[in-house]
Amino acid sequence: MPWMSPLARIRDALAGQRARDKDLRNLVSNLPYEGLDKWKQPNRHFRNNGIKTTKYSVLFFIPMNLFEQFHRLANLYFVGLAILNFVPVVQAFEPEVALIPICVILALTAIKDAWEDFRRYKSDKKLNRLPCFVYSSKEKCFVEKRWKDVRVGDFVKVESNDIVPADLLLLYTSDPNGVCHIETANLDGETNLKQRRAVPGVCITVSNTDILLIIHAVIRTGCLGFSHPDLVLKQHLGCTVRNTGYAVGFVVYAGHETKAMLNNNGPRYKRSRLERRLNIDVIFCILLLFTMCIIGSLGHVPLYLVPQTDGHLDTPSLSSFYKFFSMIILLQVLIPISLYVSIELVKIGQIYFITNDLDLYDEETDATIQCKALNITEDLGQIQYIFSDKTGTLTENKMVFRRCSIMGREYPHKENGMFLCGPKRALKMYIYKIKILMFTKSLPPNQQETEVILDQKLLRQIRGTEKIDAYQDFFLALAICNTVVVSMATAKRLRVSTAEFQQTNQSNPLDTLSSLVRRAGSWTRLRAPITSETSANDLTTQGQSVNQTGGQTCSLHVPPQGTAPAVPAGKLCYEAESPDEAALVHTAKAYGFVLMSRTPDSVTVQLPSGAQLRFEVLDTLSFDSNRKRMSVLVRHPISKQCILYTKGADYAIMELLETPYGEKQQKAIASDTQQHLDCYAKEGLRTLCIAKKVLCDGEYESWAVQRQHALAAMDNREQLIMDSAVQIETNLCLLGATGVEDRLQDSVPDTVMTLREAGIQVWVLTGDKPETAVNIGYACRLLEQDDLLYLDHFLLLSQVTCTSILDCGLEEVRRYSEDPRNVDTTPDISLVIDGRTLTMLMSPDLRDRFVDLARHCRSVLCCRVTPLQKSEVVKLIREKLKVMTLAVGDGANDVNMIQAADIGVGISGQEGMQAVMASDFAISRFKHLKKLLLVHGHWCYSRLANMIIYFFYKNAANVNLLFWYQFFCGFTANAMIDHWLMIFFNLLFTSVPPIMFGIMDKDVSAEMLLGLPELYRTGQGKGEYSFFTFWISMLDAFYQSLVAFFIPYFTYRGSDIDIYAFGTPLNTISLFTILLHLSIEIKAWTIVHVFIILGSVTLYFIVTLAYGVRYLNYSGYWTLQAQMVDPMFYLVCLISTVIALLPRYLFHVLKNSITCSPIVEARHLDTLEPSTRDQWIKEWRSFRGRVQDKTSDVSVPPSPSLESLDDDSIMDDEFALNVITANHHKKANS
Amino acid sequence: MDSNYIENQEVENRPDNTAFTQQRLPAWQPILSAGIVIPLFVLVGLAFIGIGVALFVTSRNLHVLEMDYTGVEKTSPCFSCSDPIKQKNCKCSLSFELDKLFEGPVFFYYGLTNYFQNQRAYGVSKDYNQLSGDLDYFTFFFSIVPDSTCKPYRYDVNNKPIVPCGSLANSMFNDTFNLYQMKNGVKEEVPLDGKGISWWTDYNIKYRNPSVNPLRNAFNGTVKPLYWSKPAYELDPTDTANNGFINQDFLVWMRRSALPNFRKLYRRITDGLPAGNYSLEISYNYPVIAFDGKKKVAFSNVSWMGGKNEFLGIAYLVIGSLCLVMSVVMLIIYHWRNSSPDAN
Repeated sequence: MPWMSPLARIRDALAGQRARDKDLRNLVSNLPYEGLDKWKQPNRHFRNNGIKTTKYSVLFFIPMNLFEQFHRLANLYFVGLAILNFVPVVQAFEPEVALIPICVILALTAIKDAWEDFRRYKSDKKLNRLPCFVYSSKEKCFVEKRWKDVRVGDFVKVESNDIVPADLLLLYTSDPNGVCHIETANLDGETNLKQRRAVPGVCITVSNTDILLIIHAVIRTGCLGFSHPDLVLKQHLGCTVRNTGYAVGFVVYAGHETKAMLNNNGPRYKRSRLERRLNIDVIFCILLLFTMCIIGSLGHVPLYLVPQTDGHLDTPSLSSFYKFFSMIILLQVLIPISLYVSIELVKIGQIYFITNDLDLYDEETDATIQCKALNITEDLGQIQYIFSDKTGTLTENKMVFRRCSIMGREYPHKENGMFLCGPKRALKMYIYKIKILMFTKSLPPNQQETEVILDQKLLRQIRGTEKIDAYQDFFLALAICNTVVVSMATAKRLRVSTAEFQQTNQSNPLDTLSSLVRRAGSWTRLRAPITSETSANDLTTQGQSVNQTGGQTCSLHVPPQGTAPAVPAGKLCYEAESPDEAALVHTAKAYGFVLMSRTPDSVTVQLPSGAQLRFEVLDTLSFDSNRKRMSVLVRHPISKQCILYTKGADYAIMELLETPYGEKQQKAIASDTQQHLDCYAKEGLRTLCIAKKVLCDGEYESWAVQRQHALAAMDNREQLIMDSAVQIETNLCLLGATGVEDRLQDSVPDTVMTLREAGIQVWVLTGDKPETAVNIGYACRLLEQDDLLYLDHFLLLSQVTCTSILDCGLEEVRRYSEDPRNVDTTPDISLVIDGRTLTMLMSPDLRDRFVDLARHCRSVLCCRVTPLQKSEVVKLIREKLKVMTLAVGDGANDVNMIQAADIGVGISGQEGMQAVMASDFAISRFKHLKKLLLVHGHWCYSRLANMIIYFFYKNAANVNLLFWYQFFCGFTANAMIDHWLMIFFNLLFTSVPPIMFGIMDKDVSAEMLLGLPELYRTGQGKGEYSFFTFWISMLDAFYQSLVAFFIPYFTYRGSDIDIYAFGTPLNTISLFTILLHLSIEIKAWTIVHVFIILGSVTLYFIVTLAYGVRYLNYSGYWTLQAQMVDPMFYLVCLISTVIALLPRYLFHVLKNSITCSPIVEARHLDTLEPSTRDQWIKEWRSFRGRVQDKTSDVSVPPSPSLESLDDDSIMDDEFALNVITANHHKKANS
Repeated sequence: MDSNYIENQEVENRPDNTAFTQQRLPAWQPILSAGIVIPLFVLVGLAFIGIGVALFVTSRNLHVLEMDYTGVEKTSPCFSCSDPIKQKNCKCSLSFELDKLFEGPVFFYYGLTNYFQNQRAYGVSKDYNQLSGDLDYFTFFFSIVPDSTCKPYRYDVNNKPIVPCGSLANSMFNDTFNLYQMKNGVKEEVPLDGKGISWWTDYNIKYRNPSVNPLRNAFNGTVKPLYWSKPAYELDPTDTANNGFINQDFLVWMRRSALPNFRKLYRRITDGLPAGNYSLEISYNYPVIAFDGKKKVAFSNVSWMGGKNEFLGIAYLVIGSLCLVMSVVMLIIYHWRNSSPDAN
């Protein structure tokens, strides 16, 4: 390195700092400077591409980790005490001994941190070593380098299926259109491909590499159109280039400056409610400790036998003052610092069990539950409110085409519906077979969901001659008007289900196969006469072939084998941004309108005849939430007409329909379609309207100019673009409407019912429209048939009306609860609120009333709410009612809500991973929530609560022995147990059992918890860990320590017993009391429990005996040995332990015998045979059904979508319940 | 090959289906309820009453004679000696009468009250290395030896190390006793056995004299503890093996008592004490009045359960009976519950 003056260095460093901080990034290509010294590199100020996410380095691990750890107050407390112990006047232990606990705790934490950091280091190293190709001017080609050697200013080539190494400015791709597809599945789970375009104007070819030398690209980020979206983003193991031969880019940001790294925030830290309560009790412990220390210091009188070093005695007050600190050192264990470490260990164990639960594992996606927040497991057991998203959470978010209405005629696709509601195996196979014969053998990955059974009537219509253009337009619109990207399915991208499916195919019975062949044959017959789009205007006869402009030949004859399309349509893979679009494209494909490819400039569609049309795309007006629609403007290849296809929410389209004078037919179509739409909505289908508009060229030209202006505008660009879109989307011609079903997920109704029985209020917050939402609400048993529905209509209600409505509701609720007949029941009221009303209800003067009303409702359904409102609702309820909330969702729109709730649960579904990233727990199915809450939540809570209470007790019981001893040793902070053994007592002998107790105890079996959701209520509110239970156990600790101290005291009083001989039985009694106390508390003994408890006792004796032999200078030398040959030792230990545990034992016996708390009942049931137990659970459920039943016997007919769900066995069970309810009613009425 | 890869990938995340990971280990779920605990209570009750009776009877058969000789009251025979500053080498004698035989072996204790041998600073005030006979700790060595815990009984004014150093050794009890039986007006000395009164491990392992012969040479350049009248190597003039750090009385003293009112074994009387009149001659040296302490002597015979102590026997009897009572109560509860109509 050449010498540089320090001043130059500083100047250089400052320049680098400025370069990095600037918004404007001036970059120069590295190529001319290749091989030069580091100091001459133009981009030396920017960081290289190596990433380092580790916190520590090997050399400085210990100081850095210690520094980190001393940020915790608890550790400081411990260190403070240890230091205090080095001050001779207040010394209570040998100073070295006092260091042990803090050292152990620090070491444990350090090991944990080191392990985590090492894992980060390994993943960093893996990432940094990935190969990539960087252009070298010397070699005149791309040479392979490692990721970490890539620098800002390099030219990087990324090949297909490679991961993008840094934030690149895309300069060139192998695609002639300069497009590069990237997949961000690893980043956000979105499997659809996103397009990125090469920077226009920088036209280079790789062969002409000299150009690379010439470009000293000056890149201005955020200023001249090279804004971030134009950059292909590198993410931490993030995007992958797909479907593109290769791409060349210029590195703009590298390493830690990449967007991915900047967005990469650390894990979230949440504090559970239990821990917050725990901290209060720790404060009580501190107060207790201070009280005890004050008693100790007041009681202390300096004894004349031991004058201070210089022979004089301290004044009593000074000596008392010193003794206060000595007492704190002696009794420090009363503040359970090790509790925090133990809690962390327990939670790791609990999470281990949660993540290993097979019931929370989803076969289909091969995903198990992910616990992202490690310290709120017990909150799962205290949930009172669940806020759920609808789409993708309650439903599959796998859209299935159900019905459509074209030109005012309804095509119900009855078979399709049947297939959806009862996926009988045979029928499934049947459908698959049709598909296979229709297309080639390989299937798109999500075959099962996208399958459509064709409506015969509609097929005939397409085949038929009348209104052919409208029908074709409809399907063309479906195929064209979207943003679906077509990719060729590569073997790598195929999902497992397909592979499996193909296997089952091969082993298919012959009879079904033959029937399918027959069926397929008939279908192809039906298909055969379909005319192609090319001949749409002049109906051509069969067998005519049309020459396309592109030179493609299309035959109208479909060969009878069904392998007609020359292009392997089945190999197409659609990557849609929303599942709705995918469903529609698949529908179009099923009817023969196959979307073959999409480039920014064109769309190719294959017609049923096999002909391919290449539409030139003039413009795409993308979807936005204000317009609620999207349009694609294309030029028809044959007629050369400019056609606008629009697809959007029904109300968004209906307003824009053209109203030609006298065209009654159009009006009739519109009104018929509206009727159908209403009907669809009632069924819970998602509706979309499809419309078209033919533009004359002049009209287009003038609009296009305006559009260009809007696109080029600097200010207010968004608004202008939207305005231009609105301008052209007028006078539309309605083609039809579609109804897409979002199927309920597996066992959703059962789960919702169970959660409600568990005392959890379930709210559904959805962006859907009220009709759809209400129907889904019925279908998933959120709303009951006899509910009183407070439908706050989405009229523009004034605030006054709102107030009066709320008051009315409240009044009714109050009347209801005052009625003596309904003492213990909650009213069957469900609220349905729409977004705009919600805004009003959330206003400061109404929110109290709203919360009050909502509290009395069994369920609340909010429709058309925005993501922000979702989180506001959660916050409102959480703050006003002081309840534990859980939010569950799957999409980016749920992120706010998930973060606002006490527990956020993400569902890793179709809509990417944003929700999962933000969540505390990520599950793959809504139904998993049931086991997660009812079983794991309950267990985690009860385990942890009991463990913490036990921990407080344990420390208090042990430390109080020392305290009582102070009364007999002149309050000199002396201990009758050797300090090492005291330390060991907490670290070795009694530390593992409570941790095991916190991880493994099981008060009630999982079957009972799932069978009797009421058991969950025990954890809600205060639960097992309350003020009361804490103080009871503290009192017990005091009592037990009194017994453990005073029985030996009275036994040995006045005798010649020495200190440690006296302390040994005390310590032994304490150990037995503490362990047997735990044994009483353990609800289920397994081999692990037995092993650990016995192990602890054995360890105690081994260590104490060994210690008594090994250490000659130990005052308690040979003490335990001496005691163990004395029968009195055993007699004292026996009676003290029995007396100490008698009250708790009796308390448990009496509690179990006299009271009938649900948990105790459940535990009794648990001991029964499984069959008897199940019988009992059934009886109990029917009994409860009777109790809960009340009010009306008006039976509203079940909603239509309910019919479609009755295949579930769970549903059968629920129906049985309803029958019992009805019978009871008759009795009650007579 | 591809499909193999996919299949392998599929089972990758699947949790193991073992009894442990699925939390289905066979478990025993005891429910503590009346029906189950009644037999347990009866058993425990009976066993405790049995033990209690045995303890109580044993304790009843033991005899203790305890006498205070502090000399606070003027009537007390040792009153004249109670001011140790005025009276050096004061002797007093205590007469007592035994109306029945104390069976041997009888343990002869001295007792102190309000004496906090269990104080922390007092207890640690010794040098273990010194006491284990390490001669390096017998010298003054840059304020490192003897152990600093010995302060202020570490060096004398001339910076000579005190051996044995520390408060504990310094405050060694130094009253001595001679017991005489009055037989027809003639004093007949009762033989007192001072062997083996300390712990075997203390005498044989823990405390060691320096291996210097004669012992007194080891103590050259050291001084005796301030309050001692004799240096450590002259503690027992009658038995040379009973000197230095392995002197039985010294070892007994060094084993600190747990409670402020304690006894320490002084001698053993192997043959027991027949009924009759006795005179105990005390050489009164140890000052206790300054801290309101009392000095006592006690004669006691011992059994397998140690000295006389009725507390434990009574405790066992009480708890045993309580268990029986509880079992009856449980029985009532059990019946009431089983016969109550709404039990399920």
